[in-house]
Amino acid sequence: MKRYSMFAIAREAARYHQGWEKAWASPAPKKKYDVVIVGAGGHGLATAFYLGKNFGITNVAIIEKGWLGGGNTGRNTTIIRSNYLQDPSAAIYEKARGLYETMSQDLNYNVMFSPRGVMMLAQTEAEIRGYKRTAQANAYQGVTTEFIGPEKVKELCPIIRIDGPRYPVLGALWQERGGTARHDAVAWGYARACSDMGMDIIQQCEVTGVTREGGKVTGVETTKGHIGCNKLASIVAGNSGHMANMAGFELPMESVALQALVSEPIKPCMDVVVMANTVHGYMSQSDKGEMVIGGGTDAFNNYTQRGSFHHIEETVRALIETFPMVSRLKMLRQWGGIVDVTGDRSPIISKTPVDNMFINGGWGTGGFKSIPGSGWAMAELVAKGEPGPLAAEFGLDRFRQGRFIDESVAAGVAH
Amino acid sequence: MLILDCPCCGVRGEETEFHGGGEAHLKRFGPDSSDAEFEGYLFTRQNPKGVNFERWRHANGCGKWFHAARCTMTLEVFATYSAQTYEPPADVIAAIKAKRPEWEMPA
Repeated sequence: MKRYSMFAIAREAARYHQGWEKAWASPAPKKKYDVVIVGAGGHGLATAFYLGKNFGITNVAIIEKGWLGGGNTGRNTTIIRSNYLQDPSAAIYEKARGLYETMSQDLNYNVMFSPRGVMMLAQTEAEIRGYKRTAQANAYQGVTTEFIGPEKVKELCPIIRIDGPRYPVLGALWQERGGTARHDAVAWGYARACSDMGMDIIQQCEVTGVTREGGKVTGVETTKGHIGCNKLASIVAGNSGHMANMAGFELPMESVALQALVSEPIKPCMDVVVMANTVHGYMSQSDKGEMVIGGGTDAFNNYTQRGSFHHIEETVRALIETFPMVSRLKMLRQWGGIVDVTGDRSPIISKTPVDNMFINGGWGTGGFKSIPGSGWAMAELVAKGEPGPLAAEFGLDRFRQGRFIDESVAAGVAH
Repeated sequence: MLILDCPCCGVRGEETEFHGGGEAHLKRFGPDSSDAEFEGYLFTRQNPKGVNFERWRHANGCGKWFHAARCTMTLEVFATYSAQTYEPPADVIAAIKAKRPEWEMPA
């Protein structure tokens, strides 16, 4: 693989850009691999990358029913933060945030990580108490956050209306080292690095069955034939339940549609990420100038990747209240992704009832920010067969034991 | 957009009139049940990609609970029926089979 650099740009500029290589290969599947990863989204590719980088396992296939990064990796609102209340969550999200800081260098691929700061608005007294508690917990966890007053909110983000009629801004939980990254580039960067290590990325290849022998996984049936494996990792977000059903077990998870939308591009007007959980809308401005807006989830199980119109209406209504200037913007695109939500709103990184099959899912509405940390922890689980310290608390057995990592109360819906 | 017919009051409405209540026909467990039974009842869900049986409440209407058989991939509603049932009635299963011949009732 030729490295991307300033010199590469100069070299190619001098020869009409004829020398750029394909970023990754698209091979036909082999008969068998050491590890087959189902799902070439951010989490699947990151798992593959750290399997190779941290454990030297490179006989790996990553299979994907659509195109890589075309699921939730390409559909989220690109927010990166780690201001979680519970210790296991803060640990894995902070690991991920830290890895994002050096990801462009590690992958030799510009993921445009922009630590511009994330603020979560407190618009009720209860939220003030909740966020002060989170800030205190974060201090113990080594995650740098602070609770700031409304004047500071206005200073950091002048387009916010802090004295709205319904929910005035009373303060915010501010994480200065949070931010955004280019979501597609994260998938592309990992894919390029994985392909360079000799891993096979097989797109347009849907899994139709999981083959087992004596309670142990032996491979997957796909639309491109049977692919054997010693270990199988299911990292398929909203389709986790579907994969589990094919392997003969059920999960404590439900799939729902989560929506987002972007406005027409405008001049820079906002250089932080703002989340307003009480009125439920969040917004940031992309480098292209579009306002990127996140909405809510549907209240029923759904695999349609569309979402209900009334949620868009509610989100935009909330944003107009908080950011009056939004009322004059035209919205360009709206889309949905299927997220898998667990009972405690925390992910599952775990062994499964089927031997040598592992699952990473349940990230719900908060998957993008965790991609590198999730891949790091999942690679360790797959390589060793037992979870490491990051993944240990996220086992499937926690639901039976009543050992929840309850972020549904701590983080609410805007995860 | 999801359109549902309330079997209790007969009114047809779109989804903002209703409130989803999750998987239908859950077997409930009480005191003296095992941890596995509680886990299944409280958390484990079929979450099928396709035909799903679920609970709905006509929140902005008659206020009553009912059940619906719906496809989670297309939002097509096969039938809505009374909540006073332990399993989908035969006519509901027939209505699903008429449109999804390959579908089998999960165990």
